[in-house]
Amino acid sequence: MKDRRIRVLVAKPGLDGHDRGAKVVAQALRDAGMEVIYTGLHQTIDQIISAAIQENVDVIGLSILSGAHIPLCEKLMSRLKDENLSDILVVVGGVIPKKDVRKLKDMGIKGIFPGGTPFAESIRFMREKVH
Amino acid sequence: MGVATYIKNEKGEIEEVTLQSGIEVKAIYGPEDLADFDYQRDLGDPGEYPFTRGIHPGMYRARPWTMRQYSGFGTPLETNERFKFLIAHGQTGLNVAFDLPTQLGLDSDDSLAEGEVGRVGMAVDTLRDFEIAFADIPLERIGSGLTINAVASIMLAMYQATAEGYGFSLERISATPQNDILKEMVGRGNWIFPVEPSIRLIGDTIEYSAKVMPRTNPVSVCGYHIRESGCTPAQEIAYAFEIAMTYIDHVLQRGLHIDEFASRISFNLDIFGNIFEQVAKFRAARRLWARLLKEKYEAKNPRSMWLRGLFGGGGGGLTKQQPLNNIVRSAYYALISALSGTQTMALCSYDEAYTIPTPQAAVISLRTMEILLEEMGLRDTVDPLGGSYYVEALTNQMEEKITEEMRRVEEIGGMAHAVETGYIQREVARQAYLYEKALQEEKVHKVGVNIYREEEEEEEEVTLHEYNPTAAEAQIESLKEVRRTRDNRKVVQTLKDLEGTARRKENVMPFLLESVKAYATVGEMTRVFKEVYGEFKEPSIF
Repeated sequence: MKDRRIRVLVAKPGLDGHDRGAKVVAQALRDAGMEVIYTGLHQTIDQIISAAIQENVDVIGLSILSGAHIPLCEKLMSRLKDENLSDILVVVGGVIPKKDVRKLKDMGIKGIFPGGTPFAESIRFMREKVH
Repeated sequence: MGVATYIKNEKGEIEEVTLQSGIEVKAIYGPEDLADFDYQRDLGDPGEYPFTRGIHPGMYRARPWTMRQYSGFGTPLETNERFKFLIAHGQTGLNVAFDLPTQLGLDSDDSLAEGEVGRVGMAVDTLRDFEIAFADIPLERIGSGLTINAVASIMLAMYQATAEGYGFSLERISATPQNDILKEMVGRGNWIFPVEPSIRLIGDTIEYSAKVMPRTNPVSVCGYHIRESGCTPAQEIAYAFEIAMTYIDHVLQRGLHIDEFASRISFNLDIFGNIFEQVAKFRAARRLWARLLKEKYEAKNPRSMWLRGLFGGGGGGLTKQQPLNNIVRSAYYALISALSGTQTMALCSYDEAYTIPTPQAAVISLRTMEILLEEMGLRDTVDPLGGSYYVEALTNQMEEKITEEMRRVEEIGGMAHAVETGYIQREVARQAYLYEKALQEEKVHKVGVNIYREEEEEEEEVTLHEYNPTAAEAQIESLKEVRRTRDNRKVVQTLKDLEGTARRKENVMPFLLESVKAYATVGEMTRVFKEVYGEFKEPSIF
């Protein structure tokens, strides 16, 4: 049966302290009927992976506004592979220049939802891709 | 919301306007709105209690506002070059940006610092970096904002050591460490230690600088970031005041008299959105602050009652789409700032929705403020909107709204408690969500975002500041060199002394100064504090 609620980990990796967007998205996903776990700030990639495993999530949503998205995402995708968790859907939001989207997609990040993305778009994407 | 919520009829005429602070705006204001108006009680002349019209009698006739663009990136040398560039283009005060590792007390070679060294600000590891950053800067003539919070005490000690080393008088230099930890915890995210010891560190800097560097403004209480995070304009002032009072109450407990330190407290407040709501906000804030200091704290010196501020920004109003529009928005924000009687003005640059500004973008911000200063008559008279039926009525209503929000915080036990339990964070997040929904549902209009959109993508056309990863390498090399050549035994000794002082809850500043002069690193000094104080645990708000 596929009517289990989609479980999303909204994560703030690295040192960036801007969490307005992450918290707004978390509320929107919750209102859309998803189970949302928000990690809080200053998470290492290892902490995010641990939380993803512990919470048994379907989606990891990274929120990055400091410009460090390439190194952070590289690390996450590599660790997910190590842990055999490549079936978790990974999406990224925040400040993501268009020129970096290709590189992120090549890493296996399926959805890029920078600030301003309508809620409906990211919600629809997750509903389609999960399960 | 944002600007305001509008209800229009079928003809498109505005029927109702509600400002984000919750005030309804009428079609017309007249004498009846000021029936209870008393000039001496409600306004006073500029420079007179309650300072509604301005804290100085002459304001910009006497002295223009200070122009203080936030800047810094890469290595201290690159930052020093940018400082000199901005000063040459008319900037009159510095405001130093530090990178995230520095703000979070990490050395540039810390594993957690990877990818972040020099990215959003200057990397600082030791006193050597400050010496380079401030080389050839006339520190007695140019004051420096230091946008640093959790480790503000360390940066202030470095600033003192640097100024001393260059032969400047401690009586004449002026540092403004931002040093407002409570707003970090609700709106900016760069905290390290828990609430109570963080407040104590702030108390140490206030107490110390009052004696040793009297022109220092040891705290810049920030409503700015809380507004940027989503709260309403009335909440911005309410939360800033509650934060300020938390620090004041702590310092008073040490036995200082209010007039010994209150005049050095400053504010950093946000501007975007409705012009008149903003102007009324600042005028109400000035009046409220004066009343608070006089009536609640029984300050005797009028200087203690002045709300001195940087009114500017506001990043929250700028957009990624059609970035050149941000130049226009910033010009309006500068106008609001001047109409509101700010002491210091700063603007986000037009490319800031993308990354930190290019030199060209920074110059446009300076020119925006210079044009306003030189060409538009903002220096001619003080508080030009004073006496407007609308502005005075709105100022009164903003004061009511701010007071309401302050009462809410006080009812649940004060700001420290509200922050530790997540009350403020929840409320700010809720307001942010409401605004984003309103934007997506087009109840609020944002040009270029949900109205007057362009089909072609313009991102490629904006020349952006590029992060230079070799700066990180250079910085790490420099750090290793300092570690190699300094007297490491001395470092160990000073760090031990620092730990002892911190544990005994004595003022850490003199001991920080010794560690700093021995070229202890930011990471080493922070680790001492982490050992003693522990780390802040973010309250869960979902």
